[in-house]
Amino acid sequence: MASRALRVNWWKGAVIGVPYLWLLVLFLVPFAIVFKISLSETAIAQPPYLPVFDWTGVSALAGSLRQLGTQSYQFLAEDPLYLNAYLSSLQIAAVSTALTLLVAYPLAYAMSRAPGGLRPVLVMLTVLPFWTSFLIRVYAWIGILRNEGYLNQFLLWTGLVDTPLTIINTNTAVYVGIVYSYLPFMVLPIYASLERLDPRLLEAAGDLGCTPLGAFWRITFPLSLPGVLAGALLVFIPAVGEFVIPDLLGGSQTLMIGKTLWDEFFTNRDWPVASAVAVLLLLVLVVPIVLFQRIQARAA
Amino acid sequence: MKRGLSAFNLVSLVLGFAFLYLPILLLVVYSFNASQLVTVWGGFSTRWYASLMGNRLFLDAAWVTLRVAFLSATLATVLGTMAAMALVRHARFPGRTLFSGMVFAPLVMPEVITGLSLLLLFVAIGFDRGFWTVTVAHTTLTLCFVAVVVQSRLVSFDRSLEEAAQDLGCPPAKAFLLITLPVIWPAVAAGWMLAFTLSLDDLVIASFTSGPGATTLPMRIYSQVRLGVTPEINAISTIMIAVVAVGVIAAALFTRRQETRRRADERLAAQDV
Repeated sequence: MASRALRVNWWKGAVIGVPYLWLLVLFLVPFAIVFKISLSETAIAQPPYLPVFDWTGVSALAGSLRQLGTQSYQFLAEDPLYLNAYLSSLQIAAVSTALTLLVAYPLAYAMSRAPGGLRPVLVMLTVLPFWTSFLIRVYAWIGILRNEGYLNQFLLWTGLVDTPLTIINTNTAVYVGIVYSYLPFMVLPIYASLERLDPRLLEAAGDLGCTPLGAFWRITFPLSLPGVLAGALLVFIPAVGEFVIPDLLGGSQTLMIGKTLWDEFFTNRDWPVASAVAVLLLLVLVVPIVLFQRIQARAA
Repeated sequence: MKRGLSAFNLVSLVLGFAFLYLPILLLVVYSFNASQLVTVWGGFSTRWYASLMGNRLFLDAAWVTLRVAFLSATLATVLGTMAAMALVRHARFPGRTLFSGMVFAPLVMPEVITGLSLLLLFVAIGFDRGFWTVTVAHTTLTLCFVAVVVQSRLVSFDRSLEEAAQDLGCPPAKAFLLITLPVIWPAVAAGWMLAFTLSLDDLVIASFTSGPGATTLPMRIYSQVRLGVTPEINAISTIMIAVVAVGVIAAALFTRRQETRRRADERLAAQDV
């Protein structure tokens, strides 16, 4: 039986070891490198940071470690632009999450009240836009929100406005973009929690003289809160680091940290500062990410 | 309680789905616009599709994107299925917490961070950026999505079948291929589809990890969109939407048929006993 145990161990080792090694090398080590480079000095060199790790020996490696510094972080602390970018990202993400909830809840509620045979179709219709390119869905809104876009044409035609509204290149356009792009992430968890709701609870409330609105407020809504929280985190977390939406729909005054990181890296070519921005973005997101993992673990 | 749709619910559904689909519909309609001006209707025409077919930049980018997506989705499916097996089958092994953390973290990690960190890795080890770095980056990102999809199917899989085969002397790898894989197959296929679509769609990570000669379609579209809205972009968007819609609907029908057949098989098996 020894050979059988060996075969099982070989299989177990491969199933665990291969993806483990892959993620270690391509997910964890890269973060360590980001952290390390955030402590490096900006330089006009190739690659544009100092010091480069010297792998030739232990003492050489210790030498490069000693040169690590906190200049990039000091730079971030001194320029109010970065603090404002973090705060503004959090604010834009929070407002967008609230708006997404306002749009998503009635939709998820109506879906959960639809006849049984229709419900899988409605879920499919909610998921389908998620499968179409994110970039293209954001791009579609440029055509709608532009000064000479479809929305303004429509408003001028109906006579609701005399002069075209300026929506593109404002934070409003960013809100619209985030609500639109992330709507399925909010609808699906809320729908899941509403669908599980035991209808007998509402019947009992009705029998005891509760009005439908009262029953909604006292029973349906509280029981859907886990779905609301999961959906809110699924929208909030990626929205904080969003790059494409503020870049294409937002204006020069739209300040978001994902865009700042991108500009720092691609335009200023300041790799240490870009890395420091990434490290701080991760720190900002630790709490919501851990919260989300907790909810998922409890649901499983 | 009645399950019928009240007026309020009906309005919510109509408005909600109008909001989701109107932008896409406008994009598709205006891709057939004869006018050069994107928002002014100038009659029906397919000229932008014709001009797209002559645009080498787009065609090359589309080819790169398809190859990257195919390779990375396939690799991610193998690795993601292994990761799901590891998490479901082995409750205890050294570093399990770290492993499950690494499997789920990329799902919620902002793309700018994942992209930047992978780029810095490739620079640190002196690996030239290009086709392979994008493929590896996409594999790393999408294997996590595959793992989640396959894991949810594996949890409900009856292990005794596989154990019986192993007791009869079947090697574990063979038992997996002959027994487990055919049962979890729809989830594996769905994971591959998801990985493929995510790779086709990705702009941010590809921008960080690609090099000269490996411009993907989203990167090409993005640089074009920044210069302004053009009817050609509407046309290419419409093609991408059509391909994805056909793929998703076909996959949904396929999975449903598989599921029906599996249920029928299980019923038959139960009758034999």
